[in-house]
Amino acid sequence: MTGTLLSIRGLTKAYPGVVANNDVSFDIGVGEVHALLGENGAGKSTLVKMIYGLVKPDSGEMELHHLPFAPAEPSAARAAGVAMVFQHFSLFEALNVAENIALGMENPPKMGDLAARIRAVSDLYGLPLDPDRIVGDLSAGERQRVEIIRCLLQDPKLLIMDEPTSVLTPQEVDILFETLRKLSAEGTAILYISHKLEEIRTLCDNATILRLGQVVGTCIPRDSTAREMAEMMVGSSLHVPERSSGDIGPVRLQLNNLSAASSSEFGTTLKNISLEVHTGEVLGLGGVAGNGQDELLAVLSGETLTAAGAVVLDGQPIGNMGPVARRKLGLLTAPEERLGHAAAPDMSLTENALLTGAERQDLENRGFLKWGRAKEFAEEIIARFDVRTPGPGNAARALSGGNLQKFVIGREVLQRPEVLVVNQPTWGVDAAAAASIRQALLDLAAGGAAVVVISQDLDELMEISDRFGALNEGRLSDIRTAKGLTVDEIGLMMGGAHGMEVAHV
Amino acid sequence: MLKLEKRPQPSQAWTYLTPLLAVILTMIAGGILFAFLGKDPVQAIKTIFWDPLFSEFAFYYRPQLLVKGAPLVLIAIGLSLGFRAGIWNIGAEGQYIIGALCGAGVGLAFYPIEAWYIFPLMVIAGALGGWAWAMIPAILKVRFGTNEILVSLMLVYVAEQLLASMSLGLLKNPQGFGFPGSRNLNDYASANSWIDQSVGLHWGVVAGFIAVIFAYILLNRHMLGFHIRLTGEAPRAARFAGVNPTRLILICLGAAGALAGLAGLFEVAGPSGQVSIDFNAGYGFTAIIVAFLGRLHPVGILLAGALMALTYIGGDIAQSNMGLPSAAIQLFQGMLLFFLLTVDVLTNYRIRLSQREVA
Repeated sequence: MTGTLLSIRGLTKAYPGVVANNDVSFDIGVGEVHALLGENGAGKSTLVKMIYGLVKPDSGEMELHHLPFAPAEPSAARAAGVAMVFQHFSLFEALNVAENIALGMENPPKMGDLAARIRAVSDLYGLPLDPDRIVGDLSAGERQRVEIIRCLLQDPKLLIMDEPTSVLTPQEVDILFETLRKLSAEGTAILYISHKLEEIRTLCDNATILRLGQVVGTCIPRDSTAREMAEMMVGSSLHVPERSSGDIGPVRLQLNNLSAASSSEFGTTLKNISLEVHTGEVLGLGGVAGNGQDELLAVLSGETLTAAGAVVLDGQPIGNMGPVARRKLGLLTAPEERLGHAAAPDMSLTENALLTGAERQDLENRGFLKWGRAKEFAEEIIARFDVRTPGPGNAARALSGGNLQKFVIGREVLQRPEVLVVNQPTWGVDAAAAASIRQALLDLAAGGAAVVVISQDLDELMEISDRFGALNEGRLSDIRTAKGLTVDEIGLMMGGAHGMEVAHV
Repeated sequence: MLKLEKRPQPSQAWTYLTPLLAVILTMIAGGILFAFLGKDPVQAIKTIFWDPLFSEFAFYYRPQLLVKGAPLVLIAIGLSLGFRAGIWNIGAEGQYIIGALCGAGVGLAFYPIEAWYIFPLMVIAGALGGWAWAMIPAILKVRFGTNEILVSLMLVYVAEQLLASMSLGLLKNPQGFGFPGSRNLNDYASANSWIDQSVGLHWGVVAGFIAVIFAYILLNRHMLGFHIRLTGEAPRAARFAGVNPTRLILICLGAAGALAGLAGLFEVAGPSGQVSIDFNAGYGFTAIIVAFLGRLHPVGILLAGALMALTYIGGDIAQSNMGLPSAAIQLFQGMLLFFLLTVDVLTNYRIRLSQREVA
């Protein structure tokens, strides 16, 4: 570590109604792996967007190599040696790896030369990747490698990574960390954004912790416990859900050799899935994104219909029933995508309460709507799940992601389901709210419902599941008791690492 | 520098203000257009918007407001249901023609019997005709995934050919001295849609008001209306809520077709009186403007229908009194939709004056 690479002094950025960053200052040294830690909405994204030239600060300054640094746009930041890997990839699925990388370059070399350089860089940093493969066929981990290699080809001095491990298997995380350590040893600084504390403890040299747009602390992660860092992040003690080990009762929901083609071209076909969920049980289904989670939810919600006997609820075949009939019988679901799937963005919360609540909450009478009751139901969700909004008349899109998530989960939980299936229930939700959502799911199970939680957050699944299974390319692993599973076993259930073998040259 | 900034939620005030703003902008731009044509712009605007209601001859024009407005409102109400759900029926003109042909056909088949049941049968036939014509794009869309915009639009031209063939052949007046066109239904008491011709009141006007009330209740108080709006706002959420898209397409296109068919029937049995080659006057297309100008809201459509009827009548007056070309009036109506869609941005965005920071 020789000297300071990037120095940030008093950066402030306000949006209408919210101060995203308030007087943020810290330094990143040459070759340092620096963690930026904070809950969702703490201002991490805004901060790195300012460094990357996507957002202009209201005040404050930055210095790169002791020279004033104020990138007007990302290309200026890239020219100065700052590269960024986004959480959401910007790749064209129908193009191959080399073509995708060429698209992001100012002056792309010839395809043959580029492919050779991609191979060289991928060998050098231990990131196996074949430049000729079509991106649509790649796993999330491999897609991320495309993004990383795209950055590395620019020979960056500072690499910003926004929640890189959220889509990776444990084995893929290991490969990534190996690469990042190698880069750091060669003098490339890394700004690593995450809220996964154990990762930061294993990887990072220093950490800056943000809360509500302000720096609330710094620490050396290796010398701090995860709990200390979490408390700085949240500002209060974490509420850890309690596992009330109820007796496992009779089978509520059953899938029998369920197979279903995906409705979208790059979707995953479900193959021969069988499972049982019992009264009082939480079944956790892990797996890397894009391995059939959305498709499985659609099959359970009734958006995709199957043979009647493939889905059985309380002994009754329901595979050929639509969403309304299933809700009447007590099978409720909450999809991953909040805006546009679980909720209609431009409609009010009252209307969104009606969206799934009409049947079970008695919000209609022979087709005629009871708006008064719908509003009461929306207000009940808002009150019970601490949804921060001025009132039920507000549009769903006006809510922050976490608040809308609380609304969506609350809407289903308060309908007292017999079986509840949720996909990514705490995605993008801050730690305190995530804990209360998990607690609500556990309470539901304790009250006699069966709960299926589909999630990519393994910590979450380990915390609340009685039994655990994993989806891999549309197949379901054996389902095992969650207690006592090791990280390696989970990784194997998830199908091992994707593309562990070195690409054939 | 002007900057557009997305509003956290659509502005309620602008939702109501944009149609008014669009009308004002149309008046300004239309005035400029008329000035270029060598006409006095103030006089032209006054002729279009003021004279039909308050001039010396308004007693003659006012009934026309109901006559022109009724088919526009009736058709636009039907279209708005589909538009709300993202189902784009552009072929109301064709459904209007077929409704008129079927309804008039039934009436003419009974000629010269006088009986109370003839007109109700014609109403049913008119609605069924329009419905059936709309079912063609609906079923093709549901079964084969065809684009309803193209199919419904092309069927307009098929309907026009049918209309010409009917007025020259099957429905031609046998006592018409060989002129194209059917018997005049105004001379056939049992097949006549007038209630009181002196004030412009016919059954189509009544049907228009009923349609407005019915659509209002459907959209605001009924599950089907909620599903229609939901499908338009967020199709995936609608699937998740349990909306059957196939059913919705059939209902929306069917309702639009039936209402357009009714409009055609009331027109042919009243104001127009006979099936003739040039029977259709473009109501089916103008109704698209009416639907949007009225914010796809039943009450809004009622007001927009009245306004559009006004420009029709005022346009006619301007044409005869000031010598404005009829194309200028159509351009004027088109501008209204254009400006509406433009200022619509303000509902979802706000304009901010921002100074460019110096980097």
